[in-house]
Amino acid sequence: MADTGRELRGTGVSQGVGAGPVRRFLAQVAEPPAGELRVGAADAERARAADALEAVAADLENRGLRAGDRAGDAARDVLAAQALMARDPGLAEEVARRIEAGGSAERAVYDAFGTYREMLAGAGEYLAARVADLDDVRDRAIAALRGEPRGPGAGPADAAEPPGGEPYVLVARDLAPADTALLDPSRVAAFVTEEGGPTSHTAILARALGVPAVVACAGAAALADGTPVLVDGATGVVRIGASAAELRAAREDAARRRAASSVPTGPGATADGRRVALLANIGGPKDLAAAVDAGAEGIGLYRTEFLFLNRDSPPGAPEQEDAYRAALDAFPGGRVIVRVLDAGADKPLGFLPPPSPEPNPALGERGVRMLRRHPDVLAGQLDALARAAAGGGARLEVMAPMVADAAEAAWFADACREAGIRTGIGVMVELPSAALRARDIVVAVDFVSIGTNDLAQYAFGADRQVGALARLQDPWGPALLDLVALTADAAGDAGKGCGVCGEAAADPALACVLVGLGVTSLSMAAMAIPAVRTAVARNTAAQCREAAVAARAAATAGDARAAARAALTG
Amino acid sequence: MAVRRITVAAEVGLHARPAALFVRAAGKAPGEVTVAKGVGEPVNAKSILAVLSLDVRNGDEITVRVEGDQAGQVLDELVRLAETRESAGG
Repeated sequence: MADTGRELRGTGVSQGVGAGPVRRFLAQVAEPPAGELRVGAADAERARAADALEAVAADLENRGLRAGDRAGDAARDVLAAQALMARDPGLAEEVARRIEAGGSAERAVYDAFGTYREMLAGAGEYLAARVADLDDVRDRAIAALRGEPRGPGAGPADAAEPPGGEPYVLVARDLAPADTALLDPSRVAAFVTEEGGPTSHTAILARALGVPAVVACAGAAALADGTPVLVDGATGVVRIGASAAELRAAREDAARRRAASSVPTGPGATADGRRVALLANIGGPKDLAAAVDAGAEGIGLYRTEFLFLNRDSPPGAPEQEDAYRAALDAFPGGRVIVRVLDAGADKPLGFLPPPSPEPNPALGERGVRMLRRHPDVLAGQLDALARAAAGGGARLEVMAPMVADAAEAAWFADACREAGIRTGIGVMVELPSAALRARDIVVAVDFVSIGTNDLAQYAFGADRQVGALARLQDPWGPALLDLVALTADAAGDAGKGCGVCGEAAADPALACVLVGLGVTSLSMAAMAIPAVRTAVARNTAAQCREAAVAARAAATAGDARAAARAALTG
Repeated sequence: MAVRRITVAAEVGLHARPAALFVRAAGKAPGEVTVAKGVGEPVNAKSILAVLSLDVRNGDEITVRVEGDQAGQVLDELVRLAETRESAGG
């Protein structure tokens, strides 16, 4: 086969290795020719369009009802909203009007959706994601009019599933919730998409299912059905034409990894015993059980926004105290690092309106900047934290978001001390300015915690929400590694702790590199902890350092990843 | 006819699940139902696409107008949905 030995590269968004024959789901619905006219009478054509839209609505509703639990409530909500779109009375009027004017049902549907598409696309970032949902409804309606099947669960397409239950690699341009709602996750070895970024539906679903995935992979859609491929969801590499032996080895390796990480307890450490605290990121007490189950030693990032959303005034002291106590009680003898309120124009609160309209909320008055404007809100939160800590359980630590310099760090430390919190005071390093002058910042506080997602966004000037910039959000970017190294060195020299709480910590190989750079604790989504624990335990501190040096010597994210992996075991 | 001006309390505004619940409730009314954001033009509240296009956020003021039979009852339900902080269920 001409393809044998070739490789495609994309962005790995869900770790693990998956292998199997390609099963393509391209489902591209060609645009009906502009100006296409109807052949029959207007009445009949209108009925045809109405029937197609209703069929799509019913199908979407049905998929929502049958969606597996693991596909999640979010997918169900999207499907319900899409069914309403298909039944939209305004849309129906637009379609009918265009058919009356002589258009074909297909073109009328296409154009009617187009008018709403423009309205949504122009109405702000929040709605941009809905445009993909709308396009999906449009394509389903046009496919229904043409009698084409659409989607892995669309009936006729099921026949194309490889026989014998062999897991396959699902290749698509992009996947919509309706496409994946009925998938049997045990049959999918990996996802590969041409489009999409780390926050696309495919990426989120793959991580929720624990299936390896590579997105933004140019050339994937050209792969032929049945081609054996090997997908590495960590490196983003898709090997084409892998031999049967290689595929089997990859599958066995994946099974071994799962088995190796099935006993997730005890403190994290390298092979030669250097301690690396493995902590969980949580968004509220509801996430505590998963963190404990995954073997977390404590909480490395407790996001507290949930307490403050949807209200006209800050939450009372007892309510806050309860929420913090729950976390401290869950990890007796462990650590719980609470991040104080991180509000701003991108997530406005009823009682903390943004002082003025901000065209670019990511660069506006958010995080500690907002708290400096509302010191009473911070004081209330710190008081509640101090009272919660007095009850024992885990050791409480607090940190402030979006700190730019030593003056802000000192201001936050003063506020903590005023509230009676004297130890465990830290700040997040999310801004390049804070990383570059970490030496000044660590004088004012007891620890720093690097938020790699925001640090990458600000270092590369690439919005986290823009999938097309996925290349610039790669946590392996050597520039990002340099900033982490600067910060970890400064903290280490001062004898202070340096944590990482971002997607970077959840990548097992990158976690080893971070340890090699001098990071002392790793905090991540609970489900990532077992694999990271295993990877760190397989490598010595010297190996981690070697991998870190090799990664920083590289000029690109891809080379950094490859160089680091060559230095690591497993 | 029944009209009321209210502040949207749903965390995500009239998007996602709250928007779907709102549009579905409006769709059950026999008469015309409109919603306007601030001083903007009213749109058909039975149209999810029109409601989404308003881009109503948490804290925004909207005016809901219901015509026809049971207007008061329908309006009460719509106001309740828009003023609910968190949507029921998962």
